[in-house]
Amino acid sequence: MSAHAHGGDAPEGALPRPRWGLAVYLSVAWLVLLVLAAVFADWLHLYKPDDTRAGIPLSVPTSHNWLGTDEIGRDLLSRTIYGSRVSIVVGLAAVLLSSVVGGFIGLIAGYYRKLVETFTLFSADVLMAFPTMLLAASIVAFTKSRGMATVVMVIALIYLGPTIRIVRALTLSIASREFVTAARSVGATNARTIRREILPNVIPTLMSMMVVAIAGAIVAEGGLAYLNLSVAPPQPTWGAMIAAGKPKLDKSLYPVLVPGGALFLTVLSLTLIGDAIQKRQARNLGVI
Amino acid sequence: MPTARRNAGVNLFLSRLLRLVAVLLAVTAASFAMISLLPGDLVTNMLGANATQADREAARQDLHLDDAVPVRYARWLGNAVQGDLGISYRTRQPVAEALGQRLGVTLELVLLSQLIALAFAIPMAIFGALRPGSILDRILSGVQLAMLATPGYLVAITLMAVFAVKLGWFDTTGFTHLTDDPLGNLKSLLLPSIALALEQVALYARILRTDLVATFDQDYIWYARAKGQPTKRIVLNHALRPSSIGLVTITGVSLGRMIGGTVLVEFIFALPGLGRFTIDAINNRDFMALQGSVVVLTVGFVVINFLVDILLGVIDPRIRAGGAK
Repeated sequence: MSAHAHGGDAPEGALPRPRWGLAVYLSVAWLVLLVLAAVFADWLHLYKPDDTRAGIPLSVPTSHNWLGTDEIGRDLLSRTIYGSRVSIVVGLAAVLLSSVVGGFIGLIAGYYRKLVETFTLFSADVLMAFPTMLLAASIVAFTKSRGMATVVMVIALIYLGPTIRIVRALTLSIASREFVTAARSVGATNARTIRREILPNVIPTLMSMMVVAIAGAIVAEGGLAYLNLSVAPPQPTWGAMIAAGKPKLDKSLYPVLVPGGALFLTVLSLTLIGDAIQKRQARNLGVI
Repeated sequence: MPTARRNAGVNLFLSRLLRLVAVLLAVTAASFAMISLLPGDLVTNMLGANATQADREAARQDLHLDDAVPVRYARWLGNAVQGDLGISYRTRQPVAEALGQRLGVTLELVLLSQLIALAFAIPMAIFGALRPGSILDRILSGVQLAMLATPGYLVAITLMAVFAVKLGWFDTTGFTHLTDDPLGNLKSLLLPSIALALEQVALYARILRTDLVATFDQDYIWYARAKGQPTKRIVLNHALRPSSIGLVTITGVSLGRMIGGTVLVEFIFALPGLGRFTIDAINNRDFMALQGSVVVLTVGFVVINFLVDILLGVIDPRIRAGGAK
């Protein structure tokens, strides 16, 4: 018995699938470029990200420093590429963590209902009532650990509440469909019903949400880094670079413009891709 | 059965109120526990390693550190209910008083940015929804996506770079209070408000546009059109109110969110608001101040959500009757 994950074939006379627009292709291209640069940064013949003799401080783009230098003469291209590692890892890991944990809790709550659900929803409410940015900032500040793992966990925590709520709502609506009743009436256990019938129908929606959530997680990491509460130096991060460039804005725009531009393009790309996927899914599901 | 309906409404109201109180208790207890159970000695964390023995002893007495955490929480809660949130260990100022001074700035910032956001979002949504799929609609949704993708702190720094640093139209730092000079106050809050509003514009416009498109397809709108009513009248008198449920909900949610979300923008523009106060409290290990601002921010969030639920009932009687899903 297989799950009816996409509701079977497209009905007769359905509109053709919308094609991905140019914006989506450009977005994918930017993300691929960014990830490749981050992975292969050591082979790119860049200046070392903390080399203060890469160029004259606050230099405009030159043939040596393609995107200029920061206030103490470090190469902005190099720092932005090395800094992207934090954004990429934190964005992916935090959202994956909150999706797996929150997804599991949401599934259980939506499937078993009753006391489990009441307790879970209340916990999610409490978590969401906390001012998220401040919760994240205080955990990093108080535990005095500014490693990647702490930042990932703190940002995953921000997404936990909403993920639980959404997955629980999805589970509720799927659990009431005929194929779930059918599976249970032929004797499928709870575990099997969740795994084979409900989970495959939750995952597509969850995945499209994850794309947008990654964008949000990258923004949140940048915010923490701006407050000097993300991964510690000497590791460069986009948020910390922007914060360091801000007091010198009257002398040079590049220290803010370069990491800020990279952040903007990355978040925009993820948003465009997420939006396109969600539109396509809405069309596939039809009007519910 | 009007009586039964009214009872359902009252029950809904009461159960929401109960939930509100429960969430508040849980949040303050959790943050109190988090602060109390931090690794290391609380007094050393607060006063620093160089404090004298006498000061440390006084602080221990003051905070009743010899009592168990639940007892201390109960005592703190008892005082908090009466408006006493303790004393800041950095500034020696009562926390409630300090929060009062800061809250006004943040509230002004939040309200101004919401006004700006709605002022732009509603027309954008209407023009998009009137001809879905038209060039104007597509341009507008492209602009909205870009707005959605721009972090507020990036907008804040860009605005500052252009209008304050390059053009010199605004000051980069300093804040004028409303009571000192209303116009100067507006001037020092305008850029931060725009920075906060941008993302909201996109959020609101997208929601309202979708709802309006659905409403425009309803029979009674077609009937109004067939009668020859002008578009302006149809939009303003017939379509806007039933389409505003989603907008009101999301406005409420982000209003609550924003009270704690102005941190970065306050930080960038050096505004003496609640967000900055809280970050300072975190960095200075000023726990009473932090606990106080957690209370204010959470109360703000929870109470606004509560009010939105009620407001939704006013807009849509089906919700009030507890019958709508």
